[in-house]
Amino acid sequence: MIRYIIRRVLWAILVLLIVVFLTYVIFFLLPTGDPAVRLAGKARTPEILAQIREHYGLDHPWYVQYLLFLKRAVLGDQYGWPGLGQSFTTKVPLKETIFSRIAVTAQLALGAAFVWIVIGLSIGILAALRPRTLGDRTAMGLAVLAISMPVFFLGPLALYIFWFKLEWLPGTGYYPLGEYGFGEWFGHWILPWVVLSVLYAAFYARLTRSNLMETMTEDYIRTARAKGLSETRVVLRHGLRAGLTPIVTVFGLDLAALLGGAIITETIFNLPGIGQLTVQSVGTQDLSAIAVITLVAATFVVVANLIVDIVYAFLDPRVRLS
Amino acid sequence: MTTVETTPAREARRSGEPLLRLEGIVKHFPITRGIIVQKKVGAVHAVDGVDLDVYPGETVGLVGETGCGKSTLARVAMRLYDATAGRIVLEGRDITDLKGEELRNLRRDMQMVFQDPYASLNPRKTVGTIVGGPMRLHKTVPRDKIKEAVQALMELVGLNPEHYNRYPHEFSGGQRQRIGVARALALRPKLIVCDEPVSALDVSIQAQILNLLSDLQDELNLTYLFIAHDLSVVRHISDRVAVMYLGKIVERGDRDDLYAQPRHPYTGALLSAVPIADPRLAREKQRIILEGDVPSPIDPPSGCRFHTRCPRSRALAKADPQVSEPWMPRCAAEEPELTPFSDTQIAACHYPLDRPIIPLDPS
Amino acid sequence: MPEPLLEVKDLKVHFPTHDGLVKAVDGLTFTVQPGETLGVVGESGSGKSVSFLTVMGLISRKSAVIEGQVFFQGHDLLQMTNDELREIRGAKIAMIFQDPMTSLHPFYKVGDQIAEMILAHEDVSKKDAARRAVEMLGEVNIPQPEERAKQYPHEFSGGMRQRAMIAMALSLNPDLLIADEPTTALDVTVQAQILELIDHLQSEFNTAVALITHDLGVVAEHTDHIQVMYAGRIVEEGTGDDIYYKPMMPYTWGLLRSIPRLGHDTDRLTPIKGAPPSLIFLPDGCAFSPRCPYVFDECRLVQPELLPIDGRHATRCHLSYTDRQRILDEEILTSS
Repeated sequence: MIRYIIRRVLWAILVLLIVVFLTYVIFFLLPTGDPAVRLAGKARTPEILAQIREHYGLDHPWYVQYLLFLKRAVLGDQYGWPGLGQSFTTKVPLKETIFSRIAVTAQLALGAAFVWIVIGLSIGILAALRPRTLGDRTAMGLAVLAISMPVFFLGPLALYIFWFKLEWLPGTGYYPLGEYGFGEWFGHWILPWVVLSVLYAAFYARLTRSNLMETMTEDYIRTARAKGLSETRVVLRHGLRAGLTPIVTVFGLDLAALLGGAIITETIFNLPGIGQLTVQSVGTQDLSAIAVITLVAATFVVVANLIVDIVYAFLDPRVRLS
Repeated sequence: MTTVETTPAREARRSGEPLLRLEGIVKHFPITRGIIVQKKVGAVHAVDGVDLDVYPGETVGLVGETGCGKSTLARVAMRLYDATAGRIVLEGRDITDLKGEELRNLRRDMQMVFQDPYASLNPRKTVGTIVGGPMRLHKTVPRDKIKEAVQALMELVGLNPEHYNRYPHEFSGGQRQRIGVARALALRPKLIVCDEPVSALDVSIQAQILNLLSDLQDELNLTYLFIAHDLSVVRHISDRVAVMYLGKIVERGDRDDLYAQPRHPYTGALLSAVPIADPRLAREKQRIILEGDVPSPIDPPSGCRFHTRCPRSRALAKADPQVSEPWMPRCAAEEPELTPFSDTQIAACHYPLDRPIIPLDPS
Repeated sequence: MPEPLLEVKDLKVHFPTHDGLVKAVDGLTFTVQPGETLGVVGESGSGKSVSFLTVMGLISRKSAVIEGQVFFQGHDLLQMTNDELREIRGAKIAMIFQDPMTSLHPFYKVGDQIAEMILAHEDVSKKDAARRAVEMLGEVNIPQPEERAKQYPHEFSGGMRQRAMIAMALSLNPDLLIADEPTTALDVTVQAQILELIDHLQSEFNTAVALITHDLGVVAEHTDHIQVMYAGRIVEEGTGDDIYYKPMMPYTWGLLRSIPRLGHDTDRLTPIKGAPPSLIFLPDGCAFSPRCPYVFDECRLVQPELLPIDGRHATRCHLSYTDRQRILDEEILTSS
């Protein structure tokens, strides 16, 4: 088991190094023209250009630049750790920006995750236990419908109905808990959470249903019943335990991808998260910011993969043996 | 007990050179371990020094349980795996290191029938394509005559030639196995290796396939290496039998002699374990129950590989007041050589059996 | 004859499917005496597994139409509620299955799985249940049972897994153990170990055993009474001597002549002609009539009854006793 974890951690580090390298290549090496001008974006005064040249060591050969880049990322720069540099467009250290934005994206992702796990899994489990009944078919039909309705459709629709017409909920925007109290905070989160989770809930309902249905046909379920265990126990301890394990993997990866920024949702609901930052940075051609966002998002995915693999080994004893 | 009638083909055995000779065959599969770089830390000793001759027209039964190496040996003989050491000689020709075109041409002389009739046929190809494929590939039959040849083969194995264009899933398990046999016969090989061809079939279908194989052998003068774990089936179809344990042949001999008087205690245990569909005979059977499981082929026991489970060694050790271990010291220390007990039967044992396990006529 | 432990009367289990009504079990009547070993022989599709799964209550009424009566110690299992059945399952009637690799839950330790069964039926502490689980693993000759109890099923070999299943099944000392092809997936020497183990435990705990298999050799050696099933019904039953030396039904003859038998050498086996019957389109008369070499008109029209010949030896066939005796003497016994 320890050997397995060590091996996975080493691979993860290797992948991260490759990710950093690729980010560097894509954003700093590949494009043509004067990198300093590109990095300066729209605000290219001679002072800024000189600053950039010095900061990134643009007079040095590319591998030195890369090593500097790596060193800063890993060890930190003048703004702290990790060394993400500064956005020359906004003139704010990226570290602050990213951190404050992650907080918002994290609230969005975790809240939506909670909703979709609860709804998706319950529906999936109930459907799997009553296969081919009216309830099952209805649930799966609704799931298909939900999967077909993207966020950019549902979002505005929900806002129109619940905010504009019914006036049940306040509108868009982010109202931090500390400053505004629970009611405002929660009121502004309901719609984004629900809208974002609809697609995932549908996916997870279908996935849970098929996994659990297949598990319930396994021989060890028949053995469990033959032992005289109550049906509840058979389903929960024997069926779900095995049927839901693969969902852990999927969930980890989905959550990681979301933490990299739910671009559309954040835009529709005006939430200052990573997704919104991405849109803005692309708009202002803020290369440093885009590069850093890419790096951060990729890191989330790599780390999530690692965590998911390790958790899976805890859940499935057969995996540990390799 | 009735005597088994011999056929001219069976009598022709041992009247000349072997069709297939396996000399000192060794096959090890390496085991690697490592965090970043894989390093070889051990090996699975699947086959560890096997000599076996198969004569023209005969059927040699190869028996053993999981992990004994019989399937690996067959695949090495067929050159589906490369041997780690040893020689394979087919009709006097050394084929151990053949490659490329020469290796492909070998397929005309040796073919295999596999165990699982559901997995061994390509579900996307018609019967005609499956059976005709080898003919097309090796150009043994002119293109315009292939369909005729395939249909003739289908009739030969008991299939309706009009089903030429059907797909495997339209046939039953027994019929699919017939297709496998037809395919094996497509190039008119001399030797067919049957790897547990009836284990996956229903009892009533097994008989049909066994009869088919037997009839084909007489009609086409085929030679079989027949791998199985069911000793009743092996007795029915084989002329000679070889018993394998943990990568080595522990006993070999004429079928009747071996079943009537096995010499190696493992053969004895196998015979004792076979369920006999005859209550009186079953009651007269000597009961030998082995302890524990088959040891791992990664780290076989020292000396005689069977000594850790050998009931004979244990019994002798128990009876001998001078021996304190659970088995005879010679068994643990010294690997026995294959010694002859008659001009056909050989076994590798320091304390061979001398009483029958099942009262069978060695006629 | 003492009161039977299990008495099945005219059991019918029919599965409605898209293609038609599958009559898996179609009028099955038999008894199991306390402490007896019953051998149930048949090919796939004979109904041998389905009938015992029904006894255990593992065939849900949502998927099959079940008729008839199944008396266990005097009470009809088919009339019981799910809760009542659950109390019997595992504690009074236990079942082990063919493939030990997939029959144990891969995520839980073996000892825990056995203890779970004990805890489900008896009011004991977790510690006691765990201790008894280890004891049972020792009863089935698994070496170092304390360590093994903490291991997972994939760390056991095939034979050991089956032993663990047996340990689990017998942990509450049931009156009846149903073994559904317990050795088919195992090597032959391991098979012998398992069957010997079942024999030994059976006499030690005085459990009745229903041994279901397609292997005529296994029932010859390990059973007191044998029933041969075909198309959901018993076609012949009797002791080992009856079935193997005085078989009186063409299907039994067919089976005995179609398998390679040690001690009965032949050049060619005589397979039963035709294919196993479709359970949806069963013939009007005797289910075996399409394949019977001795068939005559009545066979195709009227279903024969299971009639006794001698003691507990009974057969289901229209041929007269004298005819069958003659065929037996002239054709069957001489050729094998």
